[in-house]
Amino acid sequence: MNSRPLIFERSVDGRVGHLIDRFEESVEMQIPASFLREEDPNLPEVSEPDVARHYTELSTLNYGVDTGFYPLGSCTMKYNPKVNEDVASLPAFSEIHPYQPIETVQGTMEMMYDLSLLLSEITGMDEVSLQPAAGAHGELAGIMMIRAYHESKGDFNRTKIIVPDSAHGTNPATASVAGLDIIEVKSNENGEVDIESLKAVLDDSIAGLMLTNPNTLGLFETQIEEIAALVHDIGGLLYYDGANMNAIMGQTRPGDMGFDVVHLNLHKTFSTPHGGGGPGSGPVGVKSKLIEFLPKPVLVKKDNGSFDFDYDRPKSIGRMKSYYGNVGVLVKAYTYIKTMGANGLKKASEIAVLNANYMQARLKEHYKLPIDRICKHEFVLAGTGDPLSQVSTLDIAKRLLDYGYHPPTIYFPLIVDSALMIEPTETESHETIDEFVETMIQIREEIRVSPDKLKSAPVNTSIGRVDETAAARNPILRWKK
Amino acid sequence: MKIVKGLYYSEDHEWVKVEGNKATIGITDYAQHAMGDIVYVELPDEDDEIEAGESFGVIESVKAASDSFVPVSGTVVAVNEDIEDDYGVLNKEPYENWIISIEMSDTSELEKLMDAEKYEAFTSEEA
Amino acid sequence: MFPYMPITEQEEKSMLGTIGLDSVSDLFSDIPENLRLNRRLDFDDTMSEYAVKKHVGQLGNKNTTTNELVSFLGAGTYDHYIPSIVPHITGRSEFYTAYTPYQPEISQGTLQCIFEYQTMVCELTAMEATNASMYDGASSTAEAAMIATEGKRGNVVFVSASVHPEVIEVVSTYMKYRGVKVEIVPVKDGVTDFTSLEAMISKECAAVIVQTPNYFGNLEKLEPIAELAKANKALSIVNTDPMSLALIKPPGECGFDIAVGDAQGFGNAMNFGGPHIGFMAVTKKLMRKLPGRVVGETEDTEGRKAYVLTLQAREQHIRREKAASNICSNQAINALAVTVYLSAMGRKGLKTVAEESHVRAAYLRKKLLETGQFEAPHTQPFFKEFVLKSNIEVSKLLETLRGSGILGGLDLSTASSDSKDHILICVTEKRTKAELDAYVQVVEGLR
Repeated sequence: MNSRPLIFERSVDGRVGHLIDRFEESVEMQIPASFLREEDPNLPEVSEPDVARHYTELSTLNYGVDTGFYPLGSCTMKYNPKVNEDVASLPAFSEIHPYQPIETVQGTMEMMYDLSLLLSEITGMDEVSLQPAAGAHGELAGIMMIRAYHESKGDFNRTKIIVPDSAHGTNPATASVAGLDIIEVKSNENGEVDIESLKAVLDDSIAGLMLTNPNTLGLFETQIEEIAALVHDIGGLLYYDGANMNAIMGQTRPGDMGFDVVHLNLHKTFSTPHGGGGPGSGPVGVKSKLIEFLPKPVLVKKDNGSFDFDYDRPKSIGRMKSYYGNVGVLVKAYTYIKTMGANGLKKASEIAVLNANYMQARLKEHYKLPIDRICKHEFVLAGTGDPLSQVSTLDIAKRLLDYGYHPPTIYFPLIVDSALMIEPTETESHETIDEFVETMIQIREEIRVSPDKLKSAPVNTSIGRVDETAAARNPILRWKK
Repeated sequence: MKIVKGLYYSEDHEWVKVEGNKATIGITDYAQHAMGDIVYVELPDEDDEIEAGESFGVIESVKAASDSFVPVSGTVVAVNEDIEDDYGVLNKEPYENWIISIEMSDTSELEKLMDAEKYEAFTSEEA
Repeated sequence: MFPYMPITEQEEKSMLGTIGLDSVSDLFSDIPENLRLNRRLDFDDTMSEYAVKKHVGQLGNKNTTTNELVSFLGAGTYDHYIPSIVPHITGRSEFYTAYTPYQPEISQGTLQCIFEYQTMVCELTAMEATNASMYDGASSTAEAAMIATEGKRGNVVFVSASVHPEVIEVVSTYMKYRGVKVEIVPVKDGVTDFTSLEAMISKECAAVIVQTPNYFGNLEKLEPIAELAKANKALSIVNTDPMSLALIKPPGECGFDIAVGDAQGFGNAMNFGGPHIGFMAVTKKLMRKLPGRVVGETEDTEGRKAYVLTLQAREQHIRREKAASNICSNQAINALAVTVYLSAMGRKGLKTVAEESHVRAAYLRKKLLETGQFEAPHTQPFFKEFVLKSNIEVSKLLETLRGSGILGGLDLSTASSDSKDHILICVTEKRTKAELDAYVQVVEGLR
């Protein structure tokens, strides 16, 4: 049945994919036999054309932003500019060892320093570390810094982090990894944090509150100033999950809203590619009171204008990863910000928000919109709103695959039943958005008259729905001969 | 939802069969239905001591992973390793397949659990 | 207007009409007045692609690369050759502009590639299960320590002083906030001091973490360490350079529970330290403890073989605060590079790269010792890196080598009092005989 062999199944003894020069002089191996492996690892033996064909064929079974529309809420699947890719692969940036003498890497360090200043200005924070490797990693650094801050004041009582019930799963997971407990607060009917619920849990055992603004419903937390004041009043700190930054660039800034620490997702807001799951980059920005806790080393500009790494940071939370950050990703974000400029980034947020509101206005006639107000860069539908329907949100998502689309985010946030979270981004055209809306309308009609089309979807893709139960019951995580 | 008489029930949707001092525990039809296809059950070790309300392991389905909270305190005397061959039996016959068996340390804790009638009322409210 | 934003002014007006608003600023009316940024962001406006490329290119020109300087630097980042086929595959936008493969029906490309990657990592480490990759070797070591210390398991981890210092730092950062103590096992003659480890270990120890080849390039004897850990119910964790696994006995055959490390050397550019790629491979018993994404094989409704993200119930988006880890992303494109590299190299090719790195390192080490300007501080077998004690002050040696276009190695002098005048030298298959001889010549010239 399987028409797509694994690379191992294409292997033929004796095939060579690459020639390697052998050393001219005869030098004996100096590893004692007791250390050597007896059998070679079973890697394939294929020629270079085999490799080219195999992976090229696999690429045709994929779907990227360059393939089509990708309205995944909370992921910001915007276009990945090609100049970013070209610049990042220049040997001037890629062929540098992290331990080279500092004088030989001043170009990269200047790029990183400039980037940190740009990100500080965009977020309204005082200093930014580029070390964390991903959003969740930046969150972890942020929560560790919150802990370090309280502990530096002798306050070891603050063991809890508050998150709204609409929060992304990484928020509570991060707090837990950092050794803190979670308290959830409810959202109100307007889709925002319920202030009374929040007041009820604020006391001196609270280390901080993690929020994103706009929140995961795509709605701006209009009471953010009050929330900030309440949390600060009891001595807590405010953490900003920057996943939704694409909604507000140039309009408002988390630093101005009262947030003390912020992380950004360069692979969302700042156009670096998602890569099929990574690599990302999660810079973390802080207000001045947290600067001493930043991960080390800290990139600094010396009086003579040169750049260096400062390791003398006694209060730092320590290192989050080796070396200095995902530099290959940083240079792409830097190039993007320079390309867009201050006016371009502001326009990007405006168009992202315009596109989302346009789609919301057209789709609310056909699907259930639980909270009908101006959204920001994304909005959430609650399925069809028909309690008698046999068709689930999952079925709608699978049917969209048949029409050639990647479906929106489904079943998140958890507080909306049968959620469909739609985020178009600013890099989509009017026609693309209209075509998608029309497809969704057509699917709504199919739900009424021919629901089995959804139940059996997808039928136009390389494979149909998969048996996830079998995959989880008897996990096969590798090929064996 | 199937509910079997003569068993005790917890608010975490477990059934408890009591024989003398021994409590045999499994999950109810309501639980397996809510979880979907069960793919894995993390079992405790024999001789582990546990307190009522503590988690003794995790039940994983494709879409969720729930802690299994033990309804009564005591020492684990047996775990049903047979379910490891096919966790689906917990979905198909939840009352016929037990998960752990405990030597109770305080039988008065059974008073906090529900009987079949109360559990039926409880699940209708939750639904 | 803007090349990345197709909506025209005309279209803006019409769309606002559909929404029922007059201007774009109405869309932000729910932002409180005093939170509005009533000025422009304080940096330059839009630049043309040409201008940006020139500007960033000029920054790049302020760097000196390993094309211009012959590098003998290692210590966790390696200058191995990257075959051209690798970037041609990873540069395909169907791969790099894709999202995480949550919809398997349109992601069989990414999913099958990860499945192949997982297979290769298992083959190299001789472990039974691995995940779809993690940020880097250091954080994957920290995550392994998290597995060892989760729940009631214990709150001390032992880390050998021969582990890369930055890895030790990252493990310490993660463990500090979980109330887990990190104890350092001393080094003797360039490897973990087994006698000390035996004396230190107790049932409170949750994990023993070592590295091979270690920070000094020396090979550690793994089997006794695994046995000792097991006898004390501690998890054994080894951070390893996967290139070395083409030659040396893998952790799975030495009785280790978890193998971690960084696979940057397989087809990924050095990139001044990132993005690299961490891996974690475990025994079958620990499979369900693997953090991050995992790809499994299954079938679709028509019985066709298919790949899918599996064991997701453990991950942050479902378990939330009960998740064992908060990790969300994996290094997918880097993993793809690893997969293509290992396919191109193949079973024999990879062994050749490893052998060539080793024999060239052995040649240079021998020649440098013969100059009489160095001593060997350790008597251990090594792979592609080694430490020498220099009779010339290391900073002076490196400066002189630099003058001849050579990055001579890593100065370990300041690392500790035991390593005064120690230098860590790495040799890969890229270093030609001429380059090695040139290094020796410079040293001879300093007599």
